[in-house]
Amino acid sequence: MARTPKHPSDPTDLGRNRTGTRSAPLRTKEMLENTAAVPGAMVDTSGLAMARVELSEAAPPVGTMPPPGSVKGMAKAALEALQGEKATVFLDKLGERLAFERTGVRLYEAVLAKMPAAHLGKGSLSPDRVRRFRDEEQAHFRTVREAIEKLGGDPTALTPSADLAGVQATGLVSVVTDPRTTLTQCLDALLTAELADNDGWKLLIAMAEAMGQEDLASRFSRALAEEDQHLVSIRRWIAERLEGQLGAKLPAPEFGVPPPA
Amino acid sequence: MSLDLTSERGVAVEAQQQFDWKDLAGLPYSKLDADAFSRVRVILMNGVESEALRFSHLLARASDPGLRRTLALVRRAEQHQQTLVNWLNPADQSPLETTIGYEQVAIEVTAHLAKHEPDPYLAQVYRFGLLEDFDHLYRYAALLDRLEGKDANNLLQGYTDVRPGRPTRDHHRHPDEDLARPYDRRSAHPLSKLNALTLVAGEYQTHDFYMHVGPLYADPIARQLYAEIASVEEQHVTQYESLADPAETWLERWLLHEATEVWNYWSCAQDETDTRLKAIFERFLDYELGHLAAAREAFERLEARDPFLVIPRALPDPIKFEGHRDFVRETLAREEDLRRDGTGFVPSAREPERSRALRSRLNAQGSPSEAVARGWAWRPGTELVAEPAALH
Repeated sequence: MARTPKHPSDPTDLGRNRTGTRSAPLRTKEMLENTAAVPGAMVDTSGLAMARVELSEAAPPVGTMPPPGSVKGMAKAALEALQGEKATVFLDKLGERLAFERTGVRLYEAVLAKMPAAHLGKGSLSPDRVRRFRDEEQAHFRTVREAIEKLGGDPTALTPSADLAGVQATGLVSVVTDPRTTLTQCLDALLTAELADNDGWKLLIAMAEAMGQEDLASRFSRALAEEDQHLVSIRRWIAERLEGQLGAKLPAPEFGVPPPA
Repeated sequence: MSLDLTSERGVAVEAQQQFDWKDLAGLPYSKLDADAFSRVRVILMNGVESEALRFSHLLARASDPGLRRTLALVRRAEQHQQTLVNWLNPADQSPLETTIGYEQVAIEVTAHLAKHEPDPYLAQVYRFGLLEDFDHLYRYAALLDRLEGKDANNLLQGYTDVRPGRPTRDHHRHPDEDLARPYDRRSAHPLSKLNALTLVAGEYQTHDFYMHVGPLYADPIARQLYAEIASVEEQHVTQYESLADPAETWLERWLLHEATEVWNYWSCAQDETDTRLKAIFERFLDYELGHLAAAREAFERLEARDPFLVIPRALPDPIKFEGHRDFVRETLAREEDLRRDGTGFVPSAREPERSRALRSRLNAQGSPSEAVARGWAWRPGTELVAEPAALH
């Protein structure tokens, strides 16, 4: 594959950013003079709020859970062990994790594509580590998929929470796949994903325990241990890269240290 | 320096199919670093190209196989040009931020055309539309602040004021009030024809863009605001479209479309400061001269007339891409109260009842453009910089 030469500038270089008012002081002065005559200095966002309240009351949900399919054997037993409608709450959150892990694999793949163009230096970040985390996300995806099947759910269905996880991730996907973003900027996006993912697994474990699914809770705990490692590593990579770019050590050593158990 | 259309023949249509996918979907301009008028030019030219495609398809439906082939060849190049130009918009520019760019196009380009329009009636039509798009910018800027917490001036860069114009809630009128009096093809100044087509192109794409992105929003007021303003943009398309003489033949219209494209790319190439974008505009100017040559040949063959009876031998002065703060302010002070009555303009007190009735039904449950901007005034850095006492 033909490679184009690396662009010489970094986003933190002083450049031609024209977005601020100080880029155009004379025009800003004229703009402010013309705007000063606009009545109504009292900020009033009630128009948006009222429409949101009104429609929030009347609106149907973004969607619902799929109807139960043909449930047999172990799955039927497991489903019956869950209590009534609460099973769908658990299955919805499992669907969310499933979707999140699947997108997580793609986020890591996009970050891997950033690495050839990036200066990696002496830090702990390496393509092998990123690839390993990508593979672990895929393994977690399989773990959740098996859990949904065990409970008699349909892992190919998009549950409401899974759908919204996709909406949430839209911005993250845009950041990591934009050829103009740097590796460091993409690690920030990954950190956002992993912070949410980490809490997502903790919630799943708690829900599995609450519903008497000790086996699932145990499997999810193993996934969480790996997710903890992802989080710690990404924090460290970001800190190392920012130290390199700043030319100074970060004074807060707790950044990059695992959160208290 | 003007451009002599009699001698410039540009790049032959057959030689224009020089694109690959990486060219077409290349790197965008920087939302942060590009001049606001680079964004304006990109958006304008997407509109001009989209009008070229739309018109060419309609013409082809009524054409013989020979002309259909010529149109298909030209259209392929136009579609690729549109792709390359429109794909210059960057992914970090949200649909709402791009909307701010669309309204800046509508204000600053319309202001230029209105200032230089030789026909006083047409100039009045343009100033009328201008004041409405000026208010749309204010409403969308309020939405951008209150929905996404962003300052519209990051995009406008101080060139264009953000304040109310003729209120959007008053824009909706009976279709009888949208139709305007057409120019006379035999006596109209060539610039009038190019101006009218440029505005049709700009407003048509604005309408289509709002129709595409409006449903992408989750927020109820955002969805309603796009619906409310898209409805006005449809009125604007009807208004500007009706300015063309209905007696123009289809091939005259094709000549005018191609001449409009040449004029617009030439204008963009003159003003563009980004060297990469300037090269694109210059390249496509040459392509458009080739399209115009094809249209001239078809016209000579099928109508056996001199094309320069329809289009000017030399282009009018180029569009200047610049802020028109004083012109807009003066127009606002003088003409905000104007309304339409048939093809004419009247003070609001004399607006026909049919339009009032239509509007009161549309606004029966409130006006989203009022709800979104209640108490909103532009401040550098969003309204959240206001003293806490001013915040509810």
